[in-house]
Amino acid sequence: MDHGEKRLMDKNQETLFVRLIPFFERYGILLLILIMIAVLHLLQPDVFLSWRNVTNIFKQVSWQSMLALGVFMVIVTAGIDLSVGSIIMLSLMGLAIASKAGMPWYVVMLVAPAIGFLCGMFNGIGITLLRMPHPFIMTLGTLYIFRGIGNLISGGVPITGFAEQIRVIGNGKIKLDVFFGEGAREYIPTSLILMIVIFFIFWVFLNHTRIGKWIYAIGGNPGAARAAGINVDRILIVVYTLCGFLAGIGGLILAGRTNSAYPNAGLQSELDAIAAVIIGGASFFGGRGTVLGVFAGVMIMGILRNGLNLMNVSVFWQQVLIGSIIILAVYIDVLRRQLATRT
Amino acid sequence: MSDNLVLEAKSVSKFFGTITALQNVDLHLNKGEVLGVVGDNGAGKSTLMKVLSGLYKPSEGSLFFDKEKVTLNSPRDSQNLGLEMVYQDLALAGNLPIGDNIFLGREPTRKVGPFNFLDHKKRKQLTEEHLAKLKINVKSADQKVEELSGGQRQAVAIARATAFNAKIVLMDEPTAALAVKEVGKVLDLILNLKKLGVSVIVISHRMDDIFTVCDRVMALFQGTNFAESELKNTSRDEVIGWIMGKKD
Repeated sequence: MDHGEKRLMDKNQETLFVRLIPFFERYGILLLILIMIAVLHLLQPDVFLSWRNVTNIFKQVSWQSMLALGVFMVIVTAGIDLSVGSIIMLSLMGLAIASKAGMPWYVVMLVAPAIGFLCGMFNGIGITLLRMPHPFIMTLGTLYIFRGIGNLISGGVPITGFAEQIRVIGNGKIKLDVFFGEGAREYIPTSLILMIVIFFIFWVFLNHTRIGKWIYAIGGNPGAARAAGINVDRILIVVYTLCGFLAGIGGLILAGRTNSAYPNAGLQSELDAIAAVIIGGASFFGGRGTVLGVFAGVMIMGILRNGLNLMNVSVFWQQVLIGSIIILAVYIDVLRRQLATRT
Repeated sequence: MSDNLVLEAKSVSKFFGTITALQNVDLHLNKGEVLGVVGDNGAGKSTLMKVLSGLYKPSEGSLFFDKEKVTLNSPRDSQNLGLEMVYQDLALAGNLPIGDNIFLGREPTRKVGPFNFLDHKKRKQLTEEHLAKLKINVKSADQKVEELSGGQRQAVAIARATAFNAKIVLMDEPTAALAVKEVGKVLDLILNLKKLGVSVIVISHRMDDIFTVCDRVMALFQGTNFAESELKNTSRDEVIGWIMGKKD
């Protein structure tokens, strides 16, 4: 084959590769989950896909997914929220104190999301009105402040024992006797239903409302958003407030799951949330990412941890693996951006 | 003066502290007319545009839209009067599709119960109609702006400015950042706007632009009106002389 023909072939191969990119961008992550499930099923045929293990994974990711969803919205605006792990702890402590004070369960239930809401609003106001140079700094500060307050109000000791109505949210089971016969052990965790409902609501919010569109626009070009008459500061306050609110919901789920509020609750979970968002395909530079991607990112983290635990892989190796996946995911994002701007 | 007057500035001055950016500048614009504004850097072109769009308040002088005296407190006010500005840095969000950019901040919605949801179908339809009206060719209204060439982006920015029946469009160096082969398309677009009855003010350094699209050209020099002429009564050399402050 002569030189010209070879060049032509190279070009064809390249266009095929470039053509496949949008496909992988959209479905690659789901493919990755399927591969992980298949591999883990082969390695642990009796355990991994058992009803008990699968529901376990969902119960574990349900509270983490709330943090990831909130942090995702923040990252879409090209911001960051490092304080969600502390918000979850503070809202959990607030809930526990309200519970110990003998408040009725429906008040106790509202305490955690309300505290999360206020913490998030505090972040948003600091970032916009106080003109902090970067959300990293404001939320790094509140990472310490919120956990500190949580320990101050609780005296730094765990508080245990909540009302049954609280426990149902994180630990409840929806029996499936209808499908599996009387007294069957199969069930769906309440927290899974809650997670799906909240993800759906936020999917609608981000994709089918004007504010959702503006959140993406701010991440793409805040100057363009301003020129279009969008009040960027107000939208940012909404985003950080919702992020805190979701962390508060996470605190509520965690309360039900553990039946306890403890000083180390949610420690470093902000980093897990950021990792899930990045693995899920959101760009750290803002403006890019999907709710489904966040769900997938959360599931990948959950499945990976669960599978490695089942196979008795040491926690240290788990850390190495998760770190590697984050770097790989971001590297793919870098390649994608290069290709997108090459035209 | 003609009955078709859509915009007029009378002896507008703008001071920034001790600096005089504009001194008694007059400007008028007729319906469907393309006016070129030329001048050296610092001659006051951009300041004048910002006064016309309401971004700056004039220190002295007054503005008339459709022969009525107005006070502009923000670009929102001039938009409501039918004046749109195409920014030099384009002000587009690259991560969003063309249609989203054109309607950013003014998205069509539909009511479902108590909630307002985006009307994706209507936006797409309006976008396609509007692009067709301006004869802008893109693969699809759903294409992301970051995938477009510089000229296409400029076209989207102009489409955005004219999506809500703008009567006057201000353009600051619309061809400055474009490849040579794309300049022609943007100039065609300006002529198209003119045909649709839109009045355009173009700031440009490029004589080719001025002499392709404009009906009239005015030169600013050190913040003052320096010269003005119907295009047919002047020449490139003369206009270049005006920019440098030379008049025969």
